[in-house]
Amino acid sequence: MTTRTTIRATAFAATGLLLAACGGGSGQDDGKPSFEGRGPITYVAGKDTTGTVQPMLDRWNKAHPKEKVTFIQLPTDADAQRQQMIQNAETKSDAYTVLSLDVVWTSEFAAHQWIDRLPGKRFPMGKMLKPVVETSRYRGGLYAVPSSSDGGMLYYRTDLLKKAGVTRPPATWGEMTAACAKVKRLPEAKGMSCYAGQFQKYEGLTVNFAEAVHSAGGRVTDANGTPDVDTPEAKKGLDFLARSFEDGTIPKEAATYQEEDGRQAFQSGKLVFLRNWPYMYSLAQKSGVKGKFAVAPLPGLNGPGSSSLGGHNMAVSASARNKATALDFIEFMTSEKNTRTFLEDASVAPPYAALYDDKALIGQYPYLPVLKESILRAVPRPRVVQYGDVTSAVQQETYAALNGEKSSERALKDLQKQLRKAVAR
Amino acid sequence: MTELPAETGVRARPRRPAARGRATAGAGRLAALLVSPTLLVLAVVVLYPTLMALKESLYGAKGLDPSTGFISATEPFVGLRNYADIFGEAGARFFNAFWNTTFFTVVTVSLETVVGVAMALIMHRAFRGRALVRAGILVPWAVPTAISGLLWRWIFNSDGVANALLGQQILWTTEGFHAKVAVIVAEVWKTAPFIGLLVLAGLQVIPKEVYEAARMDGARPVRQFWHITLPLVKPALLVAVLFRCMDALRMFDLPYILVGAQKHSVETLSMLAQNEASNVRFGPASAYAVILFLYVFLIALAFVRLLGTDLVGGGDGRRPRRTEVTA
Repeated sequence: MTTRTTIRATAFAATGLLLAACGGGSGQDDGKPSFEGRGPITYVAGKDTTGTVQPMLDRWNKAHPKEKVTFIQLPTDADAQRQQMIQNAETKSDAYTVLSLDVVWTSEFAAHQWIDRLPGKRFPMGKMLKPVVETSRYRGGLYAVPSSSDGGMLYYRTDLLKKAGVTRPPATWGEMTAACAKVKRLPEAKGMSCYAGQFQKYEGLTVNFAEAVHSAGGRVTDANGTPDVDTPEAKKGLDFLARSFEDGTIPKEAATYQEEDGRQAFQSGKLVFLRNWPYMYSLAQKSGVKGKFAVAPLPGLNGPGSSSLGGHNMAVSASARNKATALDFIEFMTSEKNTRTFLEDASVAPPYAALYDDKALIGQYPYLPVLKESILRAVPRPRVVQYGDVTSAVQQETYAALNGEKSSERALKDLQKQLRKAVAR
Repeated sequence: MTELPAETGVRARPRRPAARGRATAGAGRLAALLVSPTLLVLAVVVLYPTLMALKESLYGAKGLDPSTGFISATEPFVGLRNYADIFGEAGARFFNAFWNTTFFTVVTVSLETVVGVAMALIMHRAFRGRALVRAGILVPWAVPTAISGLLWRWIFNSDGVANALLGQQILWTTEGFHAKVAVIVAEVWKTAPFIGLLVLAGLQVIPKEVYEAARMDGARPVRQFWHITLPLVKPALLVAVLFRCMDALRMFDLPYILVGAQKHSVETLSMLAQNEASNVRFGPASAYAVILFLYVFLIALAFVRLLGTDLVGGGDGRRPRRTEVTA
């Protein structure tokens, strides 16, 4: 009598189980990567919103009719991209050949041997910015080639600063709050807040936390990936954020800000200072603050701060075929010439140092020198295999410290404990 | 029919009893044959994944070999340790998620039932523009959950419509009880039409004469509702509520998109399983999924036991159907 409903209920519940049952492949061939075979391959990346990738692939395809590249577009959301790439790797599928990895995934993908170690000499790593190159290595080996980079910059309102008598952008947090205090005395700054970054509980919070800690002279992990956040320096960094939330330097609603929310707030004249990525520059030029803002390197505790790194690296899927073609294709996509095209057409920050000093490019993108400085001083986010757990723990504890649930000291102690556990897994 | 031997078909009179006797034996086999595709499909899509998940839940995460820096190729067998971890080490997070799941289910399904029945009553009325109202009420159900999550995220933005209407500055997507409220509002908005739709179907089969008779006897609308409408629509309503409960217990996308991952205020059991799976720990993820499965299963079972006569009793010969009209 009850069986019919029971079966129905079972069917419903099993849908949940399917979620978990899809995983669980095992076994890995032990051979060294050989990069043999030529033929058609695929290029797998997040959705291309700029429309510049396919034209580039068309150029490659025209020159290599027997080694055509097909573009597989994944969702815009980075987590969803990672998920699909892992699924491809765990099922040992050869559907994906060249992967466009977020810089923080390199260690995880390398440790799981989802991507192949690359012949280092083949790529012009010497001409690339050093912190960018670091994101493509795991345990000394090269596993990916940087195709783009990104660094945080301080957007500020030139008109208001000038009116308030502040002549140059702040280099330290102290200078920034002092400048704010002056600006806020102006009648046109009524209702404005001083500063914001990305403080919603998501990856952006990890970025901003790491920047605060690094800018105060601390570190999240040491060179070997061992956690080291329970230090006075790290505390000074977190304190800056927590105290700014407390005294209103950072507005309360910034706890819900992702990149776009902060940009909207800055463009509608609610913020004097904003930490954001370069993508915002051209968008802000089309908004109400057009001509009233500029960018500077991020401020720090006692001097210029250091940014976290964004950007993407290209890697070869371990279970792919036609790896010789894959290497050629990576070389093509990450060449100085083609990354320049991506910069010109889609304002993608290139990994090559020389492009940041190019006069014509600076004419097009006035922020390039600032961005270069930002990237050169940047410290990558923790490069650990268990990045997912590490970033969850950072978000958890930082969030608690920012909304006053925990003292920053307590939060860092707990974070250190959690990070140790995560890394030891 | 096709099973009948040729010689029994010759004479008409004795054929019937003989055919019927044989048909029962043959019908059993035929029934089994006819049901077997369904059973096969169920085995493939229900039984196999369930067993695989059960098996997977006994394996731990692949470990990192410190000397090579590579993750080992095989998952170690850990027995019931994943379950022990869930109730021990990760206990606080698990029970929080368990409580959230239960809370969301009870609150949203209760609210949906009330709102859904009200919607059905409105949709059932004959008035001008009824088609428009019906379509309007059903729109939220037609919107994919992920999309409605994004819509409500705009509404619950710090500068959003919700705050403008309330005249307050509530940060809905931050941790706290308000995040739960946001999820509940969005969930009820989306799924009340589902209950409304099923109840509407139930309403349409209630004969008009019953109401006429009630009116003759002087029963007021409220009394008519409690003594005629509700009892007669109960079977349909119970099916709707059961479906909604099953659905709400698996809630994932709405809190994930509307409020965000890692938010303990709205973390549900499905989100925990997803979190483990996304960190390439399929064993613990399966363990969470198995626990969720058992929970859903038990709720369904309890539901059927407590309220179930109307759900499955329809075609059952042993227990005669109760007469519903008590008015």
